[in-house]
Amino acid sequence: MIYPLNGNLLKTLNIRSLRINLWLQCVFILLLALAIFGPIMNLLIWTVTESWYFPHALPSQWGFKYWQQVFNPYSDVSGSLFTSLLIAVLTVLVCLIVSVPAGYALSKRSMPLRVFWMLLFLIPQAFPNLTVYMNIARLFYDFGLNGTLLGVILVHSVHGLMFSIWISVAAFSSTDPMLERASRNLGAGPFYTFFHIVLPQAAPGLIASCIFVFLESLDEFTGTFFVGSPNISTLPLLLYTASMEGNYQIASITALILLVPSILFMIIINKFMRPDMLSKLGK
Amino acid sequence: MRQTTSHNLLKNHLWLIAPAALMVGIFFLYPLCFSLYSAITLDSGEFTLTHLNKAFELYSKDILFTIIIVLISVAILAVLSITIAALITLSPFRSLSKILGFLYRLPLFIPFIVTAQMMRSFLAKNGLMNNAFVASGLLTPMDTVSFLGWSGIIITFVWKQLAFSTLLISGAMAALDDSQIRAARNLGASRLRILFQIILPQITPTLGVAMVLSIVTMMSVLSVPLMIGTGSPTMMTADMAFRINSYGDYHVANALGLVSYCICAGLAWFYLRQNLKEKGAN
Repeated sequence: MIYPLNGNLLKTLNIRSLRINLWLQCVFILLLALAIFGPIMNLLIWTVTESWYFPHALPSQWGFKYWQQVFNPYSDVSGSLFTSLLIAVLTVLVCLIVSVPAGYALSKRSMPLRVFWMLLFLIPQAFPNLTVYMNIARLFYDFGLNGTLLGVILVHSVHGLMFSIWISVAAFSSTDPMLERASRNLGAGPFYTFFHIVLPQAAPGLIASCIFVFLESLDEFTGTFFVGSPNISTLPLLLYTASMEGNYQIASITALILLVPSILFMIIINKFMRPDMLSKLGK
Repeated sequence: MRQTTSHNLLKNHLWLIAPAALMVGIFFLYPLCFSLYSAITLDSGEFTLTHLNKAFELYSKDILFTIIIVLISVAILAVLSITIAALITLSPFRSLSKILGFLYRLPLFIPFIVTAQMMRSFLAKNGLMNNAFVASGLLTPMDTVSFLGWSGIIITFVWKQLAFSTLLISGAMAALDDSQIRAARNLGASRLRILFQIILPQITPTLGVAMVLSIVTMMSVLSVPLMIGTGSPTMMTADMAFRINSYGDYHVANALGLVSYCICAGLAWFYLRQNLKEKGAN
């Protein structure tokens, strides 16, 4: 007779602790949501603010005045947007040209010193790179590359190289070596085989690496700050200047423009970006 | 015959890597070595410690400030990302963990500079955060304080890096053998105990990697200290930029860079030693 009673007691206890757990987790999620959405909300509010002074909790005047100012074809923002996009696209191109052969070679397990090469390409992410950027700026100054498009593209490419090489190694590793061998056995040349058999199989991974490099280049601030300024003005630099001048509306709208590709990418990659998949990267 | 073809192939493979390796060599390794060289030599090329001395003399406060900020951020980051990852893995409420899984990943691709701008307006004296407190009656408008400064820098770093480190850690937790957790559950272990005695010991390497990468990121971000940190002390990255832009003084800036490498290396070494000790103990 004692056992069922005991069981009941345990059950109620269990349910009670479960309920407390549920509440605790709900509160935690709510706080996290507030912490994450709060700053984003504030940014969004600033983009449609015309004036907002200290004691007011919300802007005293709302409007799209600054949007017209930003999207005026003669404004700094459209010029910077164009420069940023141009740099990002060219950076992707440079990274692709360099990392497709390297990724293909490193995907072969027989590659001598494979681990060493992989680590070499990891180095730009493993050191605080500010010091490197300022010395690159000094180096580029001697070659007249400071403040030129080429200089900024080179800096961005080195920064993006780690993503593009590591992801393309993974992409080429997942291709079927039998198809490659079959193609060679049927008499196709190495280049024909590469472009018609291997490359199409690796294309999804390569596209992912391109997106990564594109975003990295679009968002890069430190390198451009040292190498590009004052001649090259990308969106992050413009955002920084506007914000330091206290022009929060322009800064916020620029930030929003920078957010669009990031969020688009987030939605696209959400399918592939599972934590359990990420743990396989680099193996 | 076979020998020569495989030899040729290897040669070819080296050629395939060469452009990428050259790029890293010229545009990263060379400036890196040059910064080290410049930090400890005079213009004439003689060895000297004056630059390091000067860096410590002028910026020892900022160096300490940087170390403290990085350590606090990493500690908060570790606790928060383990909490979130553990909730996702262990929570009995599947729908809640799904929401959480979506939520924490939001800042992953938001650039640092955008985060800095968000926080610059959010944490300010008349920012949305203080206004929300005032509107809810927790504070009066006169009591509000601006969080721009050391606390703002920490908040921004944690906000931005949380997604990345949680992604790595929950990845490691998802890769664990499920049967161990189930066995522990069946033997009556509480969820907290499973976390501390079964999950955490197995994911320490990933945790370490996530933290070391976060430290390196924090030590190289320039926009956050410039936009959030106001006045002095400030972070070393801001000092380096100032040294270059205002004085063109590469020696002291590189000496500061050397110090920042040493800090990163020291923290990474601490992690490695901890790791080795655990391996030795087992």
